[in-house]
Amino acid sequence: MSTIEIRKVTKRFGDFTAVRDADLSVAAGEVVCLLGPSGCGKTTTLRMIAGLERATSGDVVIAGRNMNELPPEKRDIAMVFQFYALYPALSVGQNIAMPLHYEKLSKAEVDARVIKVAKIMHLTEVLDRMPSHISEGEKQRLAVARAIVRDPNCFLFDEPLSRLDVELRHSMRGQIKEVLTGLSKATVIVTHDQLEALTMANRIAIMRDGLIEQVGTPHDVFAKPANVFVASFIGTPQMNLVDADLKSFDGKNASVSLAGNDLVIAADPAVSRLKPSKVTVGIRPRAFTAANEKAADTIAAQAELIEPMGAETLIHARTAAGGDIRVVVPRDKRVKIGEALHLRPDPKQTHFFGEDGKAVRA
Amino acid sequence: MSSSASFMERLGFRKASGVGEAGWGRTLFVAVIAFIYFIPVLFIIFTAIKPQNLALSVPPTLSPTSFFGLIPDQYVFSPTLENFGSVFSRSMTTGGAPEDTGFDRYFFNSIFISSVSVGLALIIGTLAAFGFSRYPLKGNDTYLFIILTTRMLPAIVVIIPIILMFRTVGLSGSYIGIILLYTAFNLAFTIWMMKSFFDELSLDVEDAARIDGSSEVKVFFKICLPQVVAGLAATFVFGLILTWNEFLFALLLSGADTRTVPVAMNQAVSSGGRGTDWTLLAAIETLFLIPVFLVTFFLQNHLLRGVTFGTVKR
Repeated sequence: MSTIEIRKVTKRFGDFTAVRDADLSVAAGEVVCLLGPSGCGKTTTLRMIAGLERATSGDVVIAGRNMNELPPEKRDIAMVFQFYALYPALSVGQNIAMPLHYEKLSKAEVDARVIKVAKIMHLTEVLDRMPSHISEGEKQRLAVARAIVRDPNCFLFDEPLSRLDVELRHSMRGQIKEVLTGLSKATVIVTHDQLEALTMANRIAIMRDGLIEQVGTPHDVFAKPANVFVASFIGTPQMNLVDADLKSFDGKNASVSLAGNDLVIAADPAVSRLKPSKVTVGIRPRAFTAANEKAADTIAAQAELIEPMGAETLIHARTAAGGDIRVVVPRDKRVKIGEALHLRPDPKQTHFFGEDGKAVRA
Repeated sequence: MSSSASFMERLGFRKASGVGEAGWGRTLFVAVIAFIYFIPVLFIIFTAIKPQNLALSVPPTLSPTSFFGLIPDQYVFSPTLENFGSVFSRSMTTGGAPEDTGFDRYFFNSIFISSVSVGLALIIGTLAAFGFSRYPLKGNDTYLFIILTTRMLPAIVVIIPIILMFRTVGLSGSYIGIILLYTAFNLAFTIWMMKSFFDELSLDVEDAARIDGSSEVKVFFKICLPQVVAGLAATFVFGLILTWNEFLFALLLSGADTRTVPVAMNQAVSSGGRGTDWTLLAAIETLFLIPVFLVTFFLQNHLLRGVTFGTVKR
């Protein structure tokens, strides 16, 4: 079975811990994205799965086999590198054939496989050219072609689309997803682009400072962020994270003092676990509706900066306490600078985070 | 008349894309300066084909042809190939029968000794450079510096201990001795050159090869080495030129059978008590020039890529 599992994997470079106690399992046919800001340890994690880095401690298990002691060439994996890592001295066709070199196939068989893959990745026209003489998009497709020509245990992608321009990136994202669906192998994709992760992954693992903060489906990490970091990292525009004082909770409604407003809002029953204390309230910019006048469940703010985004308009509003709140409204909603707003957060899309930054949820 | 560029193109010269080609004036200016630098070489070649009796004539004869009347007749000599013949066979005493001078042997020695030692240095040095580049030791840079110090002293300073060492172990005058010495002599340069070429390569490509199933040995031979061919060529030519022209070590460490051309040249010219035979000397020098010229000529494409390597965008 094509599966990947890493257990309590840690990587230290001298005093610096790049990855700490990472646990992750990828089922056969599943695509998992490692998502995080640069330097969070996602590429190191991928390289440990590939065997290009040795884990300081912990286990890397691929297809049910512990791979800790095995060099990359014995792990039977395929990887696509950020800068493609094409073999400059070999033609496109020879590049694709390279991984087959070690499988002791007949020449006819190698040729047949190369041509088949070249067709899938639209490279038939450039098979005889050198990598330095093909376009950026073709280089990217060649990198993928070289990875899928074999039938490995699993696939690893390191920032596969980061070098492409926006338009190419969109079309390649679709193509890669299509190819991966057809292969049903365990796949790990490293990316710092949340859109890439949300669109391509079955599950997303969000990393920060060497720690995996949350693993979940694209829907889950967006709708139920496990902590303040995930909440702020996923979603554009960023979620509003407002410091607040929790005054009381009656099992249904929480009473909080938030950005100079006293607000009563329906909250998750688990909020009862919190004593009256400092909390962080998270509200997505699209989770507001505009009320006509002040009410118990509205936040008063003043429109300060207006950014039209096409279909929607992003408003930066200033609260009485001086904080900034981002609100997205439909394009046809006209808001003027300086206008007083009464923003009603949707309780279902309002998240409470405790003092430790963790989400409070049943 | 059409523009000069299209004229050149019709002659088959392709214009470098994206680079503005210089006009005729500037090109001519550069050609004149280049010619001035080339005069000594030209002078030697002309002397080599000059009749012996005109070697020191006053006024000097300058050219084998009048260049369409450009050079007045009194400066023109009629060319001869006689001098090249007497490099290999001539009478050693006045009026004596022609004898074999042994120069065929010396030319063989020069070619054999320099190509083997530069080749050896290239093999050992490239492996060492790969090691320094990919598997650094603690204090890697210190080792590299120490290697370079072997070339910091002039030959004349280290020659005495080396002579003593060679005598003690019986290497003086043997092929293996002089080849070992030149190999060591070229190693520092080879290691430094090749290390910088390996440092330039993308590590990702090697990782990709590992994942695609290559062992470390295959990564080196199949992936890294083909990418530094230009560097190998450049290092080979520079090493060859240095070794080919080396005189002092060869003078003191080669024997009668292993003598190289620079040493033999010196002896051919200063022996016999008849004064210096300038046309003979020029003929030897001209022949001596040909092998390195050919090697450089055939490797020139690699050479250009080699010396401009670091400046090329990946």
